[in-house]
Amino acid sequence: MTAEKVISTDRLTKKFGDFVAADEISFDVYKGEIFGFLGANGAGKTTAIRMLCGLSTPSYGEATIAGFDIYKETEKIKKNIGYMSQKFSLYEDLTVLENIKFFGGIYGLSDKELKSKSNQLIETLGMSVEAKKLVGSLPLGWKQKLAFSVAIIHDPKIVFLDEPTGGVDPVTRRQFWDLIYKASSQGITIFVTTHYMDEAEYCHRISMMVDGKIKALDTPTNLKDQYHANSMDDVFYELARGAKRKAD
Amino acid sequence: MPEVILENISKSYQDGKVKAVKNVSFSVEKGELFGLIGPDGAGKTSLFRVLTTLLTPDSGIATVFGCDVVKDYKSIRQHVGYMPGKFSLYQDLTVEENLNFFATVFGTTIQENYDLIKDIYVQLEPFKNRRAGKLSGGMKQKLALCCALIHRPKILFLDEPTTGVDTVSRKEFWEMLQRLKKQEITILVSTPYMDEATLCERIALIQEGEIMSINTPQGIIEEYPKKLFSIKSSNMIQLLDDLRKYDSIDSCNAFGEYHHISFKSENTELAKSELTTYLKRDRDYKDLVINDINPTIEDCFINLMN
Repeated sequence: MTAEKVISTDRLTKKFGDFVAADEISFDVYKGEIFGFLGANGAGKTTAIRMLCGLSTPSYGEATIAGFDIYKETEKIKKNIGYMSQKFSLYEDLTVLENIKFFGGIYGLSDKELKSKSNQLIETLGMSVEAKKLVGSLPLGWKQKLAFSVAIIHDPKIVFLDEPTGGVDPVTRRQFWDLIYKASSQGITIFVTTHYMDEAEYCHRISMMVDGKIKALDTPTNLKDQYHANSMDDVFYELARGAKRKAD
Repeated sequence: MPEVILENISKSYQDGKVKAVKNVSFSVEKGELFGLIGPDGAGKTSLFRVLTTLLTPDSGIATVFGCDVVKDYKSIRQHVGYMPGKFSLYQDLTVEENLNFFATVFGTTIQENYDLIKDIYVQLEPFKNRRAGKLSGGMKQKLALCCALIHRPKILFLDEPTTGVDTVSRKEFWEMLQRLKKQEITILVSTPYMDEATLCERIALIQEGEIMSINTPQGIIEEYPKKLFSIKSSNMIQLLDDLRKYDSIDSCNAFGEYHHISFKSENTELAKSELTTYLKRDRDYKDLVINDINPTIEDCFINLMN
């Protein structure tokens, strides 16, 4: 991991009326880092991610994403990041190949690049038999692996993964993390949210959001030491149980 | 006689192309807290829909407190509470209106069964005039549970009640279930979170429409065929790779802070010391930790999948 910052935020804030969804959050994420972005339901994670992806304008505060300004260069940010979530990743009624071409096109790949990338991707995933099948007919685990590969088809600097492994079987969940490690070793920064606390252990560093603020940020080992906890589950519980917003 | 009985239940979709449930048989005793543990697409929801009479099976017989799910569906519906995986309350009715609605549909009142939901409802009461669609995930889940309980059902069917809910709310939810159990309500609950399995009295591990194992959580752990070890070093990703390539390793899976490994050989002590020597001497690991461990339900699930 080098010291090149690919995400850098300074007192980044988003208000909705009187409600401060994200409250002066400041943190840096480095090239190739696997960064776990955790928090209780309603803590403000989604609001923060939407700002970082250039989809929502902050109320105040500064941030650069992949070297681009979060206010003025949102289109450049979007070209340099990938995004995948459990809820929305691929079009079920398009085939595997059509999805790859569609998203590759959206991310601005040329026809030539698209062709070589599609072949390469299908081969790496071992999906040549399924290439012309509808994505809706694939098992969930395959869909998630394909969705991840599509999200990084344009070699983005950062990929945002919002609960990518929710409901996935334990074997596929681990295969998914193999893909994450591989992307990380190629220098892609992974920004990931998860409800599985074993997955929090796989991250280089973790941030914990409570009531709109970042309450803790460190390596899993240091966080466990700091909170005298045996597992990340205990750290999470310790930090999140005092949350005021969970009732809202 | 068991409260819920399934015998060779099968269900397929799209003219038989998708086989969601394949010959599933199990039973749940009265007052039992029974867990269906498996990932998305395992067939959990189809089984719940068959048992709550919302879906007829292609073949097999299922009964709920002695009533057949196909023939006696009306009597079953009166006495079961069902919390579907997808939030299914009226988003534009308030908390109180939703609860009132479900009480009225079942010919009862909130007052009549208030003792049953009191513990849960007090947490919702400050928001009783808020529309259900405006509640947080944890609060929606509590309201859905109240609505499923308001007619004092004999059996509660909870389909993935904790999916997408954070650790704190998950813990609270399971504490609520333990309290309901004391009221002698039979509870059938499904979850994709393997760590929740140990909170059930008995569990069925389900994958691709088939039951892989049914037992108490302890029983399932005791059925694990191998001796299991945990191992860690400062470079976990490299270690995973090295372990996978090492010949005498039978299984190797990442488990948070540690990797879990088993050996092909019966003589695990020898295999362990050979592995330690190899990793330290040939692969230059300096900070290796290996412990004997008991398997978790997730270890058992992975083992049964392979």
